[in-house]
This record gives sequence, structure tokens and C-alpha cells, in this order.
Amino acid sequence: MSQANATDGTVSASDRPKGLFERTIGSIVLLKESPVGLVGAVLVTIFFIVAIFAPLLAPHHYETFIMPMAAPLSTGPNGEFLLLGADLRGRDIFSRLIYGTQRVVFYASLATFCAYIVGILMGLAAGYFRGWVDEVLSFLANVILSFPVMVLFVLIITSIGASGATIVFAVVFASAPGIMRIVRGLTLDIATRDYIAAAQTRGESPWYIMLVELLPNARGPLIVDACLRMGYTTITIGALGFLGLGLPPPFPDWGGMINETRTLAMGGFWWMPFFPALAVSLLVLGFNLLADGLREVSLRD
Amino acid sequence: MSDTLQQAEPVKSPPKGEPVLAIDNLSISYFIRAGEVPAVKDFTLTLYPGEAVGIVGESGCGKSTVAMAIMQYMGGNGGIVGGSIKFMGRDMSKMSQEELRQLRGSDIAMIYQEPMSALNPSMLIGRQLLEVPLFHEPGISEDDAWTRAEEMLAKVKLPDPARVMNAYPHQISGGQQQRVVIAMALLSNPTLLLLDEPTTALDVTVEAGIVKLIKEISAEFGTSMIYISHNMGLILETCDRVCVMYSGVAVETGTVKEVFDMMRHPYTRGLFGSIPLPTADKNANPLVPIRGQLPLPYNRPDGCYFGPRCDFFEEGRCDDPKGVPWLTVDEASGHAVRCLRWTEIDWDNYTPDMEQHPPNEPGEEVLHVENMRKYFEVRDTSLKALFTGKASRWVKANESISFSARKRETVAIVGESGCGKSTFAKVLMGLETSTDGQIVYNGEEISQLPVTRRTPRQIGSLQMVFQNPNETLNPSHTVGGQIIRVIKKFGVAKSEEDVHKRVDELLDLVKLPRAFKYRKPRQLSGGQKQRIGIARAFAGYPPMVIADEPVSALDVSVQAAVTGLLMDIQRQYDTTLLFISHDLSVVRYLSDRVVVMYLGMIMEQGDVEEVYAPPYHPYTEALLSAVPIADTSIEKREIVLEGNLPSVLNPPKGCPFSTRCPRKIGAICDEERPPFRDAGNGHVITCHIELEELSKVEPVIVTKSPGGGAGEKAPEPAE
Repeated sequence: MSQANATDGTVSASDRPKGLFERTIGSIVLLKESPVGLVGAVLVTIFFIVAIFAPLLAPHHYETFIMPMAAPLSTGPNGEFLLLGADLRGRDIFSRLIYGTQRVVFYASLATFCAYIVGILMGLAAGYFRGWVDEVLSFLANVILSFPVMVLFVLIITSIGASGATIVFAVVFASAPGIMRIVRGLTLDIATRDYIAAAQTRGESPWYIMLVELLPNARGPLIVDACLRMGYTTITIGALGFLGLGLPPPFPDWGGMINETRTLAMGGFWWMPFFPALAVSLLVLGFNLLADGLREVSLRD
Repeated sequence: MSDTLQQAEPVKSPPKGEPVLAIDNLSISYFIRAGEVPAVKDFTLTLYPGEAVGIVGESGCGKSTVAMAIMQYMGGNGGIVGGSIKFMGRDMSKMSQEELRQLRGSDIAMIYQEPMSALNPSMLIGRQLLEVPLFHEPGISEDDAWTRAEEMLAKVKLPDPARVMNAYPHQISGGQQQRVVIAMALLSNPTLLLLDEPTTALDVTVEAGIVKLIKEISAEFGTSMIYISHNMGLILETCDRVCVMYSGVAVETGTVKEVFDMMRHPYTRGLFGSIPLPTADKNANPLVPIRGQLPLPYNRPDGCYFGPRCDFFEEGRCDDPKGVPWLTVDEASGHAVRCLRWTEIDWDNYTPDMEQHPPNEPGEEVLHVENMRKYFEVRDTSLKALFTGKASRWVKANESISFSARKRETVAIVGESGCGKSTFAKVLMGLETSTDGQIVYNGEEISQLPVTRRTPRQIGSLQMVFQNPNETLNPSHTVGGQIIRVIKKFGVAKSEEDVHKRVDELLDLVKLPRAFKYRKPRQLSGGQKQRIGIARAFAGYPPMVIADEPVSALDVSVQAAVTGLLMDIQRQYDTTLLFISHDLSVVRYLSDRVVVMYLGMIMEQGDVEEVYAPPYHPYTEALLSAVPIADTSIEKREIVLEGNLPSVLNPPKGCPFSTRCPRKIGAICDEERPPFRDAGNGHVITCHIELEELSKVEPVIVTKSPGGGAGEKAPEPAE
């Protein structure tokens, strides 16, 4: 019963190879099976659209002075509508959030992507070559993983200095070992399959086998993990901003926005830290729900 | 209707008493996203006390679903949609969950295919056995239960039951585990025992022991049994009656003797035509695969489900949507068939058109292996090993392997799991290098040459067909892409056009539509995947192909098609085929020369007719006796091996087979490596016993009546 395939030998439309577009649509259609995943997908998509079109969507520049301490839904001196109010320096919180989205989404994606490249390469090598390669790489990974992540970040950023590149470097340094472990486990399993032996017996090079024969078959769990990790990275970037180790001002940064205004929240200006905090939560929630949904759908098939 | 049969054979009178189990018109469906999938339709079976009924069929035919339904255990998405199951006269669908729970494991017990997953790995075997009496017999003391469990272990012929009681499942062998599972099932003294492929995961000599035990159980305890298997030979050995299933429907039922000798359904006939019985011969009397494929449960044709694959299909009759009723062949024995045309088919004069071929004439020597050894080092890092200085031990996977293969020849390497046959294939392919000795292939010494250092020509000239159809192809790439890669890698064709031409050629070669090149492996059935695996191996015109159990994961009818295909290609390309297998029936059918291995050593080698006839090596003799043969006219001498396969880490010092050999002659077997005894014509037996002695041994397999086979025979007196 396990083989569910209709193969009657005739040429049908389904024999044509599917393009990337068709396959993408296919996966989205699959996601509708999981309401939770769909909610996550919608949230994440909204944030990505906002990030891409930030300059078009933001009503004001993030540095423009309008009206200090304006409450949400108030109107500025020149008739500017302040949907989410303004901060201490009179800047529109809504606009700053939108530009902040751009930063967060860009750096979270970049950092996760880089961490994946490093983690995948290390994991493939450790799982495929095994022996001393595995021992050295696994030892390195264990050493890094034994540090508390936040301490590691603070250590790296304070010693190199805060910048976008540093954040990426810090995230790669801290998450690559975790990714490596997952990839290594998957590799150890997949490397025993006959099609890997078939590739070996036709004399393929180890890296061809790892990247072309092996990696595509590990993609399922990795995509789910990548979604979760995007969420972690978002929190990390927020936390670093909050600690003053994020992107240098004046560029808006969600964590930084919360930090700047957190003392004012007690004085009744709740909206100043609230909306950035809400943005962080929603984006992380989106990634986590999407990951859950993907896992659910992939388990069902 | 039954007058068309010549006088039916007198059968034993139908058993008396109330039926233990009466399944009536049972229909079972699974409910999935796509809707209702009927798994079993209109299934009827009556089981009397002390009777053993076999349910036989290929994968996906619904035989396990029936077993699950009897246990009333259908999982979340399955359900009985029609008919009834009565156990001891009571309708099981009307029982409460609590009643069913009491019934399961006490009155009805089940034995599964995988003993290791049926036992809890973290519990002592004794404690697991104890649960049965403690749960089903309130008031029994723990001591009594323990004694009962230990006695039961002795009854299933486990050596040293007291030790087994205090062992964890992983500490005993697979065969012993299955005996424990059987003991557990028998502890509650069940009225009905369900056996779902109980020996499929076991080696053939271990299987023989379990089968013997099952037969003894039915004699001693009088338990009624339902034996589910895909193996016709096992059904013949264990059952009184048989029910053949196809695509969720029982198509033929009757006594084993009658169904096996006078099968009336074209599917049953097709099934027997695909089994490599001793009478089959790859050249003169080739196997006849059933054409086409098993229909999917939601895609079954109208009328007879076998219609599209049947040679006797008649439009307007066989495709009547009303379906096919049971037709009685023989009232007295209960032989019935679901075929509208059974009286019209003249099986005596039915000869399927299978091409006959002259035997292959072997050419010059292609492969020569001389004294090849392969040892693996196992490092022991424990403290004890450090102190005793025995930090590294050697697994002797291959020990002095010597044989040769000639052009166009099929050489089979046969042996049970752990005999080193796959290690040998790895060394040959260059995935491992040998420890010692020579492998000369096409005049080049390759035993020390890993695949990474072989030339593309060397690699392309030695290719492999793998065992597992679900793993042989990369699920992420299209079928065509994977073949193209091989063609380019071996430099068979250079231009895009030529490459695609070669892909089409290869797909034609393995008789698959060319459009399959755009498909992903998951869109293919097991047999089709295996064909692609074959096409891939032959892409570089290799003079020699190693096939590592290429058909053992396939259903018999598909098996016949794939072996047939492999041999057609071999003829066309003049390929030398090295066929690695554990299945002696398939090996006998398709090989020219046989190499029998045990624990890394060659026990016997020679031409196929010589190895399968005396003088035998005692191991070959035991193997031959263990293989179940689905032919009632064949009589086997029973040889059941005692003991377990020794560990490869600690093999016997003398003859590797000495610990289990029924013909052991004395201390010499334990102490000294046996000599090679040449019986002429390349037939070599590695044994301490003189050839003359071995020649006196009676053949293991004897055909009772001349001209026998799976076909219809003249009636003969009952035993």
C-alpha cells in the first residue's frame, strides 16, 4: 500500500517536468491543509512585502521630526497622520517600524542564510567523511554550543564593534554548529542509501555526491528548521538592539526603539515600546507557525 | 459444474464442530484525504478448530488488512464497511472495547513479521512474557507466571530458557526472538493464532526451524491458525487450506493440495508461473511473469479485478460491473474460484508464449579472484580491552575467496546474511580495498584500487544493480537526469542529442515508456524503479554487472519480469553477471555457476546442476532442505540446523560451519581449516569429509511423480 503511484505506461501531462513556479504553487496549495501554517505564511509574507516596499509604504522618512510624544491616531502640525504615534524625538513610529522591518528581515535572512551555508558544509563533511573530520568538526561545534548564546553575541559584538556585518558574523558563529548537527545526522542516514553507493561506484567526487545527491534529500527537515531559525535570529537581532549592540543609530531598529523608550512607558507613553515589541512578536510567531505548518504537511505525506 | 473435473481427489472430511472464526462478506475501507479507499472487498473465510488456513498474495492485496480486522484493530482511518466477523459464534463488531481487549492476546494472538519490533527492547524477556498471564489470569502469582513463561520458552525449543528469561531482546538472535514472540502468543493458550509473515525477516535456515515449530504447535496445542504469507512454499508446508488474494479480493480458495495442483483462477496460475520452481529453466522453460501491474485500490477495473492482466479476458462478461461471484469447483473439498470462465479455460493445452533460448556459451575468463581476503578492524576502546591489550579485533568478512567468471556467464554468490557476499561486492566495486589476494578483471589487477583511483573506463566496465528499489534511485532527481549523468560520466555519448538517444535506447531496453525519463522515482512502482536501476547499470556497456539481491524486495510476479529482463539484456550485451542472492530458488533458475558462502568462506562452488545435486557440502545440503518449494510433487529431506550463526568477531577456528554441522566428524572440524576437495569440472567442496562419503548422500529434493510441475496432474491416491 505504500507505493501510491499511477503508472500505466501511457504518456500523460504529468510526465512533463515541472518548473520551479509550478512547484512553488504546489507547495503553497499543500500548506492550505494546515490552518496554522497558513496563518504563519500570511504573517511572514506581510512582513516580507513591507520590507521590500518599505520606502513606498512608509508615510514619512524615519528621521523626519513631526511632533514629539504624539499619541496614536493623532495628527501632526502639518496634517501628518500619526497612526501609531510619535516618539520622544517626534519621529513617526509607524514609519520607523516599517524601515525597521526592512533591517530586521534583511539581516535575519542574510544571517540565517550564511549560517546555513556554513552549517551545511560542515555537517555534510562531518557526516559523509566521518572519522577524524567528524571528530574535529563535532568537537568545535560542541565547544561553541557550550557557551550561552547571548554571552557569545555580546562577546563578539563588543570586541569587534556593532554593525550589520558583525551581527551576521555573530549569528553564523552561534547557529552554524546547531545546523551542522542536524545536517550531520541527516547525512549519516542518507549516506547509507543505495543511490549514494551508486554515485560512488560511478566515480563521482565526494562534494558532487554531498551537494547534488545527498543535500536535496535532506531539504525537508532543513526548510522547517530554517523557518524556526529565522524566528530565533529575529529575536536575537531584537535583543541585541535592546542591549544597544544592534545596528548603529540613527537607523531604526526594533530592539533599539524599545530600549530608547522603555522608561517612558511607565509614564503613560505605552505606545512607544509597545508597537516595536508587537512587531517582533508577530514576526517570530509567523516564522514559528509557518515551521509548524510545514512540519505538519510534510509529516502527512 | 464440477463434472468438468475428473473425479476430485478424496480430501479429508471437513473438520467438525463450530467454526472458530467465520468471516462473512467482509469489506474494509481506509478513509484518506482523497476519499474512501476500499482495501478488502467481500472477503469470506471459515476457520474450524485445529485448522490452519493460509492467506497468500502479493503486497497490497489486503492480506494484512484482514488480519488487522480480525483483531478489530484498524487504526484511526480504517473501518469495516460491510460484512461480519464472528469469533466463536460472537459478532466481534458488537463487542465493547473492554471485551476486545480481553480477547486480544488471550483468545486471539498475533505474531508479526519483525520480532525485534514486537519485543520491547528495554524490558527483560521474562518480564514481557510475565505480562501475559498476569493480565489475562487474575489471581495468578508472579512466581507461577514466571514458571509458566519459562516452561513455554522450553516448548518453543529455546536453548537455556532460564538465561533467555533474564536477557534483553537484543542479546538473542533474530530466530530466537521470533521464538520468544511465538511463546508469548502461546502463553495465553489462544484459540486462534494469526501469523503475519512470521519468517520473512529471517534467514532461510532459521526460517526452516520456525516453520517446523509452527507445525508442531498446531499438532500439540490444536490451535487454529491463519498464516499470512507471500511465499507459496511456506503455505504448502504449514497450512491445510489456502485463500489466494488479489487486489483486495479473494480469488481462489480450497485445500492446499487442490489449489496447488489444480488451480483454476488465471491469477493463481500466473503466480505459480512466476515462481522459480525446480522445474523452471531459464533457457528451455522460462518463468512467465504476469503482465501489467496491480491496479490501485481506487482505480480498480469493473468486474474481475484481474481482467486487464488476464489472457482469458472476455469483453462484456469479465468486465461486468456486478463483479464476479464465487463459483464452486468442488463441493466436497470447498474448492471455489472467482472466475466466470474457469470451466472454459483449457489449462492442459495452455502454453504462454515465452521465448526459449539456447544456453549461453561461456567465453573467455573475465574475472579471476585468487585468495582474496577482506578484514575489518574493530577497535575496542573499553578499559578492559586496554588492560588485556586486545584493543583491536578483526572481522574476517572474506577469507580466501577464489573463483572466476567467464564472459556471458551468470555466477551466483549465495549465502545467508552475514556471509560476506555484500562485502565481496564492495571490494569488487572499489568501495573497499582488499586486505590480501588478487582480483584480476579484464587483465587488470583491481583489488587494491579504490573507485576514486580507477579510470572512467574501468569504472564504466563494472557496474552494479542494487537491492532496494526504493533506495536505488535518488528521489530528488528525474529518472532521465540520473541516467544522463551516468552516460556523460562514462563518456558513452558526447553530444546532447546522442545522450538523449542513448537514454531512449536504455528505456527501450528495460521495456519502459520513453516518457518515463521525465518522471521522479516516486511516480514509479518498485519493479519499474528496479528496471531503471538496471538501465543505469548497463548505460556504459559494461562487460560485467554485479547484481546485489536485485529482485529480493519485489513481489514474485514482478520478480519474474525483472529476472527475465536481466537475462535478456545479458544475452544481448554478452554480459557477465555476478548475481548475489540469498534465494536458492532464484539462483538455481538463473545462474550457470554457483558459489556458496558461509561466514566469509566459500563452502562449495561449481556448475549449478552439480551444486544442487550430491555430493553436497553439508551446508549446501541444509540450505537446500530449508528452502520452501511450492510444488506438491516435491519431497524434501528435512534438515534443521541447530544453533545460531557464530559471530563474525569470533568465528570457529576450524571449519566455519562446524558449530552447526549435522555431519560433523569430530575434533578435526573444530581445529583445522577444511581442505578443498575437487569433484571435477570446477566443482569444489571445502569439507573434511571425503568426497566419496559425500557422494553417498541422498539428494535433498526428490520429485515424487515424473513429469511433475505446477500443472494439473493425474489424480493420485491420498497419503
